[in-house]
Amino acid sequence: MAIIMENTLNASLGPLLYCWSKAKVTEFYQQVADSDIPLVYVGETVCSRRREIKFSDYMAIAQQLRESGKQVVLSTLALIEAPSEFTELSKHIDNGEFTIEANDMGAVSVAKSLELPFVCGPSINNYNLATLNKLASWGMQRFVMPVELSKHWLGHILSDSTKRQFEAEVFGHGYLPLAHSARCFTARQLGRQKDACKIACIDHAKGLLAQTQENQPLLRINGIQTQSAQAIDLRNEFHKMQAMGVSYFRVSPSSLDSIELAQQLITEKSLNSKDERDLSCDGYWHGQPGFNNTLAG
Amino acid sequence: MELLCPAGNLASLKTALNAGADAVYLGLKDDTNARSFAGLNFTPKKLQQAAQYTQSLGKKIFLTINTFPKPGEEQRWYDAIDLAANTGVNALIMADLSLLDYAHSRYPHLPLHLSVQASATNLGALNLYKKEFNIERAVLPRVLSMKQVRDLSKVSPVDLEVFAFGSLCIMAEGRCHLSSYVTGQSPNTGGSCSPAQHVRWQEVGASRQTRLNNVLIDESSVDEQMGYPVVCKGRYTTAENAKPSHILESPTSLNTLSLLPELAKANVVSLKIEGRQRSPAYVEQVTKVWRQAIDTYLNDPQAYQCQSQWDAALAKVSEGQTTTLGAYERAWQ
Repeated sequence: MAIIMENTLNASLGPLLYCWSKAKVTEFYQQVADSDIPLVYVGETVCSRRREIKFSDYMAIAQQLRESGKQVVLSTLALIEAPSEFTELSKHIDNGEFTIEANDMGAVSVAKSLELPFVCGPSINNYNLATLNKLASWGMQRFVMPVELSKHWLGHILSDSTKRQFEAEVFGHGYLPLAHSARCFTARQLGRQKDACKIACIDHAKGLLAQTQENQPLLRINGIQTQSAQAIDLRNEFHKMQAMGVSYFRVSPSSLDSIELAQQLITEKSLNSKDERDLSCDGYWHGQPGFNNTLAG
Repeated sequence: MELLCPAGNLASLKTALNAGADAVYLGLKDDTNARSFAGLNFTPKKLQQAAQYTQSLGKKIFLTINTFPKPGEEQRWYDAIDLAANTGVNALIMADLSLLDYAHSRYPHLPLHLSVQASATNLGALNLYKKEFNIERAVLPRVLSMKQVRDLSKVSPVDLEVFAFGSLCIMAEGRCHLSSYVTGQSPNTGGSCSPAQHVRWQEVGASRQTRLNNVLIDESSVDEQMGYPVVCKGRYTTAENAKPSHILESPTSLNTLSLLPELAKANVVSLKIEGRQRSPAYVEQVTKVWRQAIDTYLNDPQAYQCQSQWDAALAKVSEGQTTTLGAYERAWQ
């Protein structure tokens, strides 16, 4: 009789996309350390000007989380422009302790040349199996599905017999990173130059909400990053993802509540409530415009 | 320094070449390229004619295959590469790893240009694509400052091409999901940003509204000039500013005529004009001005000055009739 291996889907905590004070970040990761979340990504992915938490601080946080029994991945910048940023990136990848999450092909390049394993974050353009298999041959162990792709797309990938060995992670909860620019939109809103931004992001713990002239929430400004106004919420799809062979359900943190939410996924595999559904989106997962909410009403 | 112009159809291609383009770029009539609009682009037969015409003038033709194949539909993209190789185009412009791999392994002598959709902004990324797929050239995303272009050029293992003029994409190209967030289609997946079937203009009293999949992108008086509705150029409110404003960018075009000497000194090999979706009249106007500017510069680099009539001619065909240096200028960022 054939033995059927049941896939285990677990929760992961994505990198903190916002700029918080050091005290707040420390408190946040203390609570993460006390949770049951098995996989945690830490590191600055948005802006190299954010220096509240230095790389050495992130290393200390990563070590603390590892000591709490967690698997830790160091996330890296999504947009690498200046030579100094590339030098810094290379240093982060060659940290000697932790796997990295590449969010730019420059990071893939460095990891590959150092023969280090890596995870591909959601901003690496993985749109087909041949590309994923190529990256796996270079050392990719897991990839986070680009946020605009669907369960239909993922089903194709995970059921293909030519798929190499790598894990899949789905951005399952939180505000979606939609774009990155050279321009800092937060500084611009405050009438500041990017080079004299005075860390404008620090006053916007969940980014700055932008609405249409009909008061429809549309975007969330987070420095050089533009996010979705609505949080994606795929908790109702948890069991389906498990059956498909997804390994991790990523919760992208926006407050201490995110830790609780991930914890509930682990302990209760809980579904979202009606109130939460009305404030969220799930369109991409169903092959629709990202901001659609198939569960509303 | 090559002047590389857009060709949405055969008329635009001929216009561009006759107005002084050194090379043209174009796409096939399907979703293998990121300007998949109805009425645009080339059938295999037209591609053949385009290549013959272009090469008979001693000029170059590049085929753009810069979207990302969908699972189960890869063959359409492979066929496009095979067609390009058989047609004898001078280079392919591509972004997807698997397509670069396919082309490099099957047609090692066919030059590959890394599309802007690959979003390669740093030495690491360029090294990888050079080493693995032997790309000859990379098109830089419109996110680098002039200084960063200069710095990268000093160490780049491949030739660099930059956007010189046209609609301004303000996000790192190839990694922007704003269009699909609202419409379900992005340049990467559907072959266009803000697809036309989702665009709606309507007049309500004295104001005009532009909508994208019913989302109000902008509202203004009927006599105000409005751009094509893309999410990044809408007018929105924030908690910091209750008055609707262009919080990301206003409708404007990129114009780097004043940077021409700097781009030349940075060894940029090709200046790209955006606008495969624009008319032959646009292509003619823009190509003529840029031909004149490049010739003026090459004739006497020290004496080069951007002439006001060039800027005026380009402003006329620009979005919002205004232009910017975009990210090349640090203050814009």
